[in-house]
Amino acid sequence: MVTASRDDNVKVLSRKDFVSDQEVRWCPGCGDYSILAQTQKLMPELGIPRENIVFISGIGCSSRLPYYVDTYGFHSIHGRAPTIASGLKASRPELSVWVVTGDGDALSIGGNHILHVLRRNVDLQIILHNNEIYGLTKGQYSPTSELGKRTKSSPYGTIDRPLHPLSVAIGAEATFVARSIDTDAHHLVSTLDRAYRHKGASFVEVYQNCNIFNDGAFADFAAKEVRADRTISLEHGKPMIFGKERDKGLRFSGAKFEVVTVGENGVTDADLFVHDETREDPSIAFTLSRMEWPEYPVPVGVLRAVQKPTYNDLMDKQIEMAIEAEGEGDLRDLFLEGDTWTVE
Amino acid sequence: MTTLTRESDQHEGPDVLELDRVTIRFAGDSGDGMQLAGTQFTKTSAVLGNDISTFPDIPAEIRAPQGSLPGVSGFQVSFSSHDIYTPGDAPDVLVAMNPAALNTNIGDLPRGGILVVNEDEFTETNLKKAAYGSNPLDDGSLGAYRVFQVPVSTLNARALKDSGLTAVQVDRCKNMFALGLMFWMYSRPLDTTTRWIDEKFGKNQGVAEANKKALRAGYNFGETTEMFATHYHVPKAKLRPGLYRNITGNEATALGVITASKLAGRTLFYGSYPITPASDILHELSRFKRFGVRTFQAEDEIAAVGAAIGASFGGSLGLTGTSGPGLALKSEAIGLAVMVELPLVVIDVQRAGPSTGMPTKTEQADLLQAMFGRNGESPVAIVAPSTPSDCFQMAIEAWRIAIKYRTPVLYLSDGYLGMGSEPWLVPDYTKLPKMDPDFAHDPATFKPYARDPETLARPWAIPGTPDLEHRIGGLEKSDITGNVNYDAANHDKMVHLRAEKIERIANDIPELEAHGDESGDLLVLGWGSTYGVITTAVQRARAKGLKVSSAHLHHLNPLPKNLGDVLKRYDRVLMPEINLGQMRMLVRSRYLVDIIGLNKVSGRPFTISEVEAKITELAA
Ligand SMILES: Cc1ncc(C[n+]2csc(CCOP(=O)(O)OP(=O)(O)O)c2C)c(N)n1
Ligand code: SF4
Repeated sequence: MVTASRDDNVKVLSRKDFVSDQEVRWCPGCGDYSILAQTQKLMPELGIPRENIVFISGIGCSSRLPYYVDTYGFHSIHGRAPTIASGLKASRPELSVWVVTGDGDALSIGGNHILHVLRRNVDLQIILHNNEIYGLTKGQYSPTSELGKRTKSSPYGTIDRPLHPLSVAIGAEATFVARSIDTDAHHLVSTLDRAYRHKGASFVEVYQNCNIFNDGAFADFAAKEVRADRTISLEHGKPMIFGKERDKGLRFSGAKFEVVTVGENGVTDADLFVHDETREDPSIAFTLSRMEWPEYPVPVGVLRAVQKPTYNDLMDKQIEMAIEAEGEGDLRDLFLEGDTWTVE
Repeated sequence: MTTLTRESDQHEGPDVLELDRVTIRFAGDSGDGMQLAGTQFTKTSAVLGNDISTFPDIPAEIRAPQGSLPGVSGFQVSFSSHDIYTPGDAPDVLVAMNPAALNTNIGDLPRGGILVVNEDEFTETNLKKAAYGSNPLDDGSLGAYRVFQVPVSTLNARALKDSGLTAVQVDRCKNMFALGLMFWMYSRPLDTTTRWIDEKFGKNQGVAEANKKALRAGYNFGETTEMFATHYHVPKAKLRPGLYRNITGNEATALGVITASKLAGRTLFYGSYPITPASDILHELSRFKRFGVRTFQAEDEIAAVGAAIGASFGGSLGLTGTSGPGLALKSEAIGLAVMVELPLVVIDVQRAGPSTGMPTKTEQADLLQAMFGRNGESPVAIVAPSTPSDCFQMAIEAWRIAIKYRTPVLYLSDGYLGMGSEPWLVPDYTKLPKMDPDFAHDPATFKPYARDPETLARPWAIPGTPDLEHRIGGLEKSDITGNVNYDAANHDKMVHLRAEKIERIANDIPELEAHGDESGDLLVLGWGSTYGVITTAVQRARAKGLKVSSAHLHHLNPLPKNLGDVLKRYDRVLMPEINLGQMRMLVRSRYLVDIIGLNKVSGRPFTISEVEAKITELAA
């Protein structure tokens, strides 16, 4: 299990150091493998000691991930990973805490907790594996399944409207909101890296193919052959350009985006909207979070990254300030608060 | 039980009678400041050296219409020259600030009791709101009591006419007038309350002066009016020597958990979601940032316990607290804590249920929920404090067990203990035993689910410790390695190990002690907040010559090892509980002793006489 002595502080870890001795048991072909691989690839690059990394998950296929990463890990109960992670981070702020969750785990049973961990801005990373289905319980519809979807629990089609995870996150005042795709290894690892570097709660939705119960749910736009034309990779400070030929773009007119082709109808690069992830006002980020194929290219990358004080820092600060103002707590004084009297 | 002895004629004016115990109940509209008047009376009596015990009775509806029956708020304080264990069965004095307060409380006042009413409030509208057909002050229905009609509102307004305050502000001071009158009646000084007013309203001089003036006016009214022929004196109690302060159960719980964190040298993390009557623990702990206490007001009870588990995983003392409905929500996560075998303390300040029940009323009916309210074989340790000040000791005990055995411990207090108060003999912190979290460090020997041979506790290896990286979770664990394991024999073994671990705590807790005789006709066995009534009722029965003893359980799971032996030494065993017999069921099923129940589920604690009557029936 242990591959290197830690005497040497600058010991360089490798991907192998983050592979646990547990056999990975997802269905062959599951998108979770790729997310795991990119996670294990990223870990040594972060330059933090392995013992300071903790993966915390709820319940679902994706939530098995902590077993496979050789760090500290906690596979908890359905939907509650954000709560456990909050308690850990708020009491041990020096740890790097990662929450692994599924769309059902995070948005159904754990919907309440996801909102609150985001609004509190606890400094941790949340990776939501979105396969738009319940995998572990064998194929019921999830809160992100499209309206009318036929599944084992909806033979006549669903009648509940889907949630958009990124819209939910932005609505909850998340300070970092991003999206990536399981099969786009390079994009995924760099998005996770950005999430790690963000101070505050980072929310990353990863489109993950469940090849058993919802195969090809994202193939329309995520498949390698069409990805360039049907997704748009957001880059801070750059005009919104996409397409294999890098000739299509997004223009903002009225209150919404519009897909245009550079060079047609007098459209030039200068007409394209420039992505600014640091915008305080969440409305543009929210608009981006609503864009769906086929009307729009599907945005991937960082929609929003703003700086706000983190919950754990504020908690530390309050404690420091109280100690500074009132002195370190002394039990004797505490016991004698209020009126006391002596019996001889 | 008051004995009247006339003091020598050292005072002029009204006679001073010496009493050994008095119980006063302040009752009024929820906006009348009765809790405050009661608390101040308690503080002053404590400082004077009386033993005290209090029982606040708060209306369930915070915004019940003014003057209505559901809006009545009461505070009972008993003070005495000897040890007392309860806030008294019935008041000797009832202060009723309006007709509704009179109507809801008069039934508890014994014949001959003193009734002080604010006659100003007995208007036609108020009488109607209080469901009176005629004015009880006129219709002779109060003939059995010593009634003092005092125009509190008018006198108070007159005293404050130059205060510069609005009429509403002036009227708000009338609780101080009533308090001042009671201070006079029971020969108490005003200075403790005066000091408190200065602290509380220091910034607002006008309001502070008005409150002090109202207080003095009430006192002077007692002194000058001819209405009262007598006033009373209750001498100091002969308590154990030492330094005392008055403390409520919830305060004592908060102090206990902070003390535990100091004794263990670990950060205290409190995750909680507001709920009556547990919220005061959250309020208390939130004030103690200087002790490094981290409080987390969660979005719900599930998040509260989850965060506490996360904190414990990180090596802090993860604490969560709630009342019945909140405990129901925490069940799944407590099961997780059972599985991952981490220290966790769950406070349940029980209230009347089921469901939302009666939030401000007391009950002991969450015992079976604490014991069994989880899926699967999911044993936890359970402790229960017996008095408000015992909450301090049991909170430390809960942590001692949780840390040593790496287990969730349920701490069953209740509304009566949590809100009630009594003098607390302040302990010497330096003499309390330290607790060793005993974290794992050594990669050569570390196995996540290896066990201490004596306690069966598993190692506590916290993130940040090099080379002890491991994964835990709610899925069944493999013995020793802690890896996920669905093997039948392994599950069977792990279920037994977890149960055995809890059972072994019995080796580590005090044996049950009977008070009275070693054997006899009757043992009265209790747990939790019934301690006071049981002790007093048994003392009285013994004074009458009955062969009765009492014993009290502080550890509910596991039970003390000698409990079976103790039960067999008595012809009969009586168990009073504020539920339908939950502990009786557990003890009967385990020891096959036919325990007799005395059960009350009215949202109120037992009175001493209720328990005494049952004892007499069984032992006489
Ligand atoms: C309290 C509770 N309710 C229900 C379940 C059953 N359950 C386990 S995983 C799951 C849904 C998982 O779906 P998702 O979060 O999308 O994860 P996936 O398996 O697709 O990765 C459900 C309903 C449970 N474990 N606990
Ligand atoms: S059921 Fe779907 S999500 Fe679960 S492991 Fe199989 S492919 Fe992956």
